[in-house]
This record gives sequence, C-alpha cells and structure tokens, in this order.
Amino acid sequence: MEVYDVAVIGGGIVGCAIARELMRYSLRVILLEKEIEVGFGVSKANSGIIHGGHHSSPDTLKGKLEWEGNQLWDALRDDLDFGFKRIGEITIALSEEQIPTLQQIKAQGEQKGVPGLELWETEQILKAEPHLSPNIVAGLYAPTTGVVNPYEACFALIDNARLNGLEISTKNPVLGLDYREDVWQINAQKGVIYSRFVINAAGLFADQIAEMAGVGNFKIYPRKGEEYLLDKRLNGYIQRVIFPCPTPVSKGILVIPTYDGTLMVGPTAEQVEDKEDLTTTAAGGQRVFEAVMQYAPGISPRDCIAEFAGLRPVADGEDFIIEPSSRPGFIQVAGIQSPGLTAAPAIALLVLEILQDSGLALIPKDDFIAKNPPVIRFASLSRTEHMTLTQEHPSYGRIVCRCEGITEGEILAAIARGAATLDGIKFRTRAGMGRCQGGFCTGRCLELLSRELGCPIPALTKRGGESWIVRAREEVLNR
Amino acid sequence: MNTYGNRPLETAYDVVVVGGGPAGMAAALGAKKQGAERILIVDREKEAGGILLQCIHPGFGLQHFKEELTGPEYAQRFLGQVLAADIQVAKDTYVLDIDGQRRVTLMSGETGMQQVQTKAAVLAMGARERTRGAIRTPGRRPAGVLTAGLAQKFVNLMGYLPGKRAVILGSGDIGLIMARRLTLEGVEVVGVFEIMPYANGLNRNIVQCLQDFDIPLHLSTTVVDIQGRDRLEKVTVAPVDSHFVPDLTRSWDIDCDTLLLSIGLIPENELSRQLNLRLDPVTQGPVVNSRMESSQDGVFVCGNVVHIHDLVDFVSAESSLTGEYAGLYATGQQLPRDNIRLIPGENVAYCVPHTISSDREHTVYLRVRKPLEKSVLRLGEVYEKPLRYVFPAEMVNLKVRPRFLHQFHGDALKIDVLPGE
Repeated sequence: MEVYDVAVIGGGIVGCAIARELMRYSLRVILLEKEIEVGFGVSKANSGIIHGGHHSSPDTLKGKLEWEGNQLWDALRDDLDFGFKRIGEITIALSEEQIPTLQQIKAQGEQKGVPGLELWETEQILKAEPHLSPNIVAGLYAPTTGVVNPYEACFALIDNARLNGLEISTKNPVLGLDYREDVWQINAQKGVIYSRFVINAAGLFADQIAEMAGVGNFKIYPRKGEEYLLDKRLNGYIQRVIFPCPTPVSKGILVIPTYDGTLMVGPTAEQVEDKEDLTTTAAGGQRVFEAVMQYAPGISPRDCIAEFAGLRPVADGEDFIIEPSSRPGFIQVAGIQSPGLTAAPAIALLVLEILQDSGLALIPKDDFIAKNPPVIRFASLSRTEHMTLTQEHPSYGRIVCRCEGITEGEILAAIARGAATLDGIKFRTRAGMGRCQGGFCTGRCLELLSRELGCPIPALTKRGGESWIVRAREEVLNR
Repeated sequence: MNTYGNRPLETAYDVVVVGGGPAGMAAALGAKKQGAERILIVDREKEAGGILLQCIHPGFGLQHFKEELTGPEYAQRFLGQVLAADIQVAKDTYVLDIDGQRRVTLMSGETGMQQVQTKAAVLAMGARERTRGAIRTPGRRPAGVLTAGLAQKFVNLMGYLPGKRAVILGSGDIGLIMARRLTLEGVEVVGVFEIMPYANGLNRNIVQCLQDFDIPLHLSTTVVDIQGRDRLEKVTVAPVDSHFVPDLTRSWDIDCDTLLLSIGLIPENELSRQLNLRLDPVTQGPVVNSRMESSQDGVFVCGNVVHIHDLVDFVSAESSLTGEYAGLYATGQQLPRDNIRLIPGENVAYCVPHTISSDREHTVYLRVRKPLEKSVLRLGEVYEKPLRYVFPAEMVNLKVRPRFLHQFHGDALKIDVLPGE
C-alpha cells in the first residue's frame, strides 16, 4: 500500500498554492481535482483582484490573511512568471455621507499596516482618472491593490509544484473518505488513494467533502457574481481598480482594468441554491452597467464583448474556515470567498503551520526549484526579440489568434505544460479571448491539440466532461 | 516567405495589399491595370481566397462573371488572373504592422520576419462575425454556441459537424446558408430566429435555404436563455415587442446541442486602428474619399474592411476600382481632390464613400435604416429617383453622374430615402 504524506483535494488557487508550498519539503504529495484541469472552478471566474489589504476588518481571519497574502504576490510572480501588477485602486464616495466610511476603511488599513492610503479630493481623482464622473466627492486611494490573471497563477503554481514532484490526478472526484489505522483512505473515481494528511480545499464542495470525512459542521453557500468584459478599444480608459463606497452587504460593482488591460465591470452578489449555477442574467447585466455608469458615465453595455458568472464559496459566518478538524490529519480550508485569491499564498503558509503542529515533519529539500522556466508571450516582446525568436523557432512566427496576437509556438508550449482543452489553451495563452471570441482560431487550436495529444478532434472538449466541440459525420448520421 | 511559385520577396513594392480574399485580389489586379509594376498580396492563411474558400455553395459571380460559381471557383478565377498578371502572393504570412512611412513588417512561420517598403498600401482584411458577447444573451456558457462562419469552416473545410440538432439565431446570409448546409449533412435544423420584424439576409437565401427545406423563420423572436453545463442542452426563445423587449410569458424551450449565431459582421480593423485611420462609427470601417483612400495618404481600403457588402460581386467591383486608385497613387498620377461631402440623412444609416468630386462618375453604396415598400432616394436638391422595396439587408447603389452636379456649388449633399407614392 502506497501512502502519501499529504493529499490535497481541490486544484483551485488555494489547493495549488498549498501544493506548491508543500513541495519545498521532502514529502509525497498528491493533488486531486474533479475537473479536467486545475483552476477550472471558482478560481477561473472571479475579479482577479489582489486586494489592497485595507477592505476587511483585522478582527477576522480573512482580514488578517488578506493583508499577509497581498505582500506575498510579488515574490510569487518573480518566481513563477504569471501576470500580476500593482495598479492601485480608488474607493469612491458619491455623496458626503459616504466620506466617513472611507475614513473608517483608511483607519482600518492603517491599523493593519497597509502603507500609502490617501484620501483624495475630486480634482485629484479626475486628474488620475479623467473618465470618472465629476460627481464623485472624494476617494480613498490605495497603491497596494493589484490585478492578476487568476487562472494563470493557478497554472504557474501547479507547473512549479509538478516540477518539484507533485503528483496530480485530474478528472478524479472524491466519492468517499475513511480514516483507518492512522491513514486516510480516499475513495476517488479513479481508485483508492491513501494519505496521512488530507487538505480539504474543495471550494464550493468543501462542505460535502467534510461530510464524507465525518467532520461536516459547516455549509457552503454559493454566492454568484456576474462580470462583463469590455472591448479592447477601452484599454487604458480607466487605469486603477475603482470601488464604489461599500455597503454592509457588498463591496459593490467595480471597474477592473484586468492584467491584460481589458476593462471588466462587475461583480454582482447574489445568493443562489445551485453550486453549478453559472448563468448570467439580463437583470444582472443591467444592474452592473447601471451601477458603473453612475461613476464612469462613458462605459456602456454596447462595449461588452463577453460575460461570465462565478460563484463565491461562502461559509456560515462569512469568515474563512482554516483549521484542523476533529479527526486527526484532516485539515479544513473552506469558505474561501473574497479576498481568497489575495489571501491564497498566506493561506498556504498557515496550512503548513497547521500540518506541522499536527505532526507532519517539514524537512526542506535541497533540490527545490523555486523558479518556473519563463513563458514566452510573443505580443509583449520587442521587435528585435521577435526577430531572434522567429528565426530560432519558426512556430512563433505563425499567428494563430489574430485578435490577441498569439502564436503557434505559444500554443504548443501551453499544450506541453498541460493544456488539454480549448479553455486550457485560452486561459494559458489568451488565444480565443479577444474580440472574435475564437471565431478564427478555434479550428487551428483543435488541430494543434489533436496533433500534440494524439487525440481525434471530435474527442476534444472546451473544458472537459461533455463539452465536445464537433462530431464526426458518421456519428450524426447514425443517430 | 511562402509565396506562390516560391519567389523571394523584394524589398520595395509599388502596392502592398493586406488580405488575399476577393477584395485584395481585385485590388491588386486594379493596381496592375493602372501601371503599378511590383505588387504584393499578403495573406495569413495557407491559401489565398479568404472566406470564399469555405463558401462551397453556388451563387457567386452572377454579376461579375455573368455565370453562377461556387466560392472556391470564384476565388480560383481571381487567383488565376493574379498569378498570370505576375502579382506576388505571400501565404501563411501575417502583417504585424504598417508604419507612417508605409514600411510593412511581415511575419511568417516559415521564414520569420521581414520588412518591405511600399508606395501605396491597400487594406483588405475583410470582416469578422459578431459573437454572443455583442448581444449579451443571458444563460450559461456551454460548448456548442458558435458563429455560423465557424460552423461553416468545421463542416466545409475540416469535415466535422457542429452537432446533431441546431437552432440558428439571426437571419444573416451565413446563417441561412448554414441552415441548408446542415440539413443536407443530416443535422436537424429546428428553426431560424430573428429579433427584427424582417429578415437580415438576401431574399433568394430565404427562399432557397429555408423555404425549400421547410425550415421555419421566426421573425421578432429571439433567444432569451442558454442552458447546459458542458454542452448546450436547451435554448429558450421568446417573441419581442417593437422595442425588442422579450415577452417571457410567451417563451418556449427548444432542446438542441448547437446554437449558430448569424448576427452580423464587423469590419476587421486592427491594422486600421494601429495606423490611426479615422473610422466611421456606423460602418465601423475607415472613412474614405472617392478614391477609397483613408484618412492617411497612400493607405487605401476596400471590401468588408470598409463596410459590409451583400455580394462578393460588389466587393470585387469596389475593390478593383480601389486598386486602380492605389496604382495611380503609386505611379505618381494625381487626381482632383474631392469637393463634396456626403451626409447620410433621413433613413440612411451610412454611405460610402464619404466624399466625392464633381468631375467624374461615382458609385455610392448606402444602407437604409428601416424597410420601405415604395421609396424615393434624394441626393440633396440635385437628383432623385424612385426605388422599389428597400430594406437594411440590401445595399442600395447610387450612380452619381457629373451632370447631376452642374448647377451645384455647395460643399455637402444630404442623401435621404423617403417614403414614396
């Protein structure tokens, strides 16, 4: 019987960050993911903001980890090579009555040690962001806020963890858990896995996994957020993340200049029943644009090129649940809603502490490789670099995605790093994310996937499961 | 670079044409006719011909060749003429940019990057299809929701089918053509749904692609919900009122695994934006003078880059002329400047070109905003003609002859299409 030291259930940003951190030590670790690729759940569909650190109260676990996590992102980016930059944010007040809230958030941030918070007057806001409404009466500026490509961060973390020996099993949902003779027996779809420690990082399904382990003392409630992406034409129109003044129930509808420069507006916050309810709604879209147009009047629904919905896994009491459970070796990492992405690197460190306290020996490996090999992004290279690169590797001279300028070389590299689906390529390279939304490049991406994976085109999918793209003629005629 | 006949590229050209579809090929031939010697067409696909190559149905060439051809046949005739005229065609080659001095940076998977200088440039990149994001249909995002053109590529070029049971949203020509194509391939096409009270495609396509195959066309009806976790499982459709607001109480569900979108084309103007060309907000293509020259000297534009055409034959006619002007420019022949602005007036969405000159005849293309049974087209006070049934899907051609303008001394003319008796 092969026994792992740690099994991580869930390959979202939290599971990936924990797995990568564990690989620094001499441990046998496996990560189980129910979807075909990591990062395809909650982590794929969110606002991509690394929160400044000041928005949540220091008295909560999420408030504490938000600021700790924020400070860890630069080092992660430097090691792992994914899109992250600190672009700053402004939380705006549209009336005098909202100013005390801004002051309170500022004080809260300062108490945590968040540097650089400044209250701005209208003039200063409009100088920095000329496309915001002159009706804004004040704003709280925070330089610590950043934006990240959340799926890229997941892929980069998992690439690095694998480089350091992580085993990963995708399309492998956990069906049951048993604890016998100091070892956890994980009954997964593809077989039984034994591990001394189990990390429950199952996102929306963390309550079900906890239930299976006999430690189900919380519920996860999906809270939906709809987001709307705007045409590239508006790149640079707004340069910082803009938050409206928060209310007790929500952070409100934001304008987010994503890492790649595309403006995104959203999210809504709506309690739903179904953990797979990823529908966008006419009402949601209307709410988002109405809210944003109050403070950024030049933005219009006509500029929308794509939309999506994501679900926040919210636990009872709204805070993160990161703790050992009542059964030995089973650690809960649940309820990781906003600012979970921001906090993820700090969550990973906290989980390692808990593991150590629970008796796992952390012996550093001398051969840990901290850095990922660099990922080539053709569109961001200089002309001279283009010249050299295309001479050495002609596949980088063949543009596949016209809208985003993504080359065949980048797509082949993404497949080599583990992309197995159209979305896997899209979220690793941006091919298909632009204006035409894959109209031109889908055919070529399918051909490349088919060739590289040795898989017939009708067997390829958009994102695993039944999400097939085309059928063979015979299949349709013999229905 | 990978060229027909494997001829290496020159370092300088009279005319470089971006795009080897019908517009680009006609423009290159036009330039040749006016004496341009060194002409290069650049195309990013493996073969020139553009979107025509996937249009394997007949119906092309009735105007231009006076016979009915399929898309690939139409393209091949032009390619034959292009190669016979000693015009160079670089395939599998991408134009990375064109700078203010008209230096064109090319990139190819075979030979890397190369820069060429040109006297005149013609942009003929065609158009792309509007996607789901542009109409913001609520619901989930399963596989199986795709543009009609992508489905056409799957079926006609790659040999696969998009699914087993399809619904088509939008009555654009590609959607109508695909309704017939999929039916012939054994896919069940449940119906075509159009939000407008009239069809958006050509009448002949409504008859030959829908009516002949008993495929229902539902006007003033749209898709209001898309369902399916992984693959499309169901759409909900509902009638809309005169403000396009769906009446959800009268909606119904359709089980299907495929939803094709045929909801319009948008000029492909990435390069035009890079070059900072002035764009028309209505056509979303560059503003052009009567020589089809953009706001930048020596940069000409033609075909669907400028505005969306109904028929490839019109693209060829417009582009051939564009090529001639580019050829004249490249060989240093001057033409009088335009002296009259055209202003889209009552019931006119846009007109191309945006300016004309009073010294020669011009063909002005325009589209109406609303259908009219009987109408009259009025060019300022100088000319009017009765039109039969006009509707937005059919482009209106107006020949403006110098004699109309003998008595005219202003600098702008408004074009109206008004209800007629």
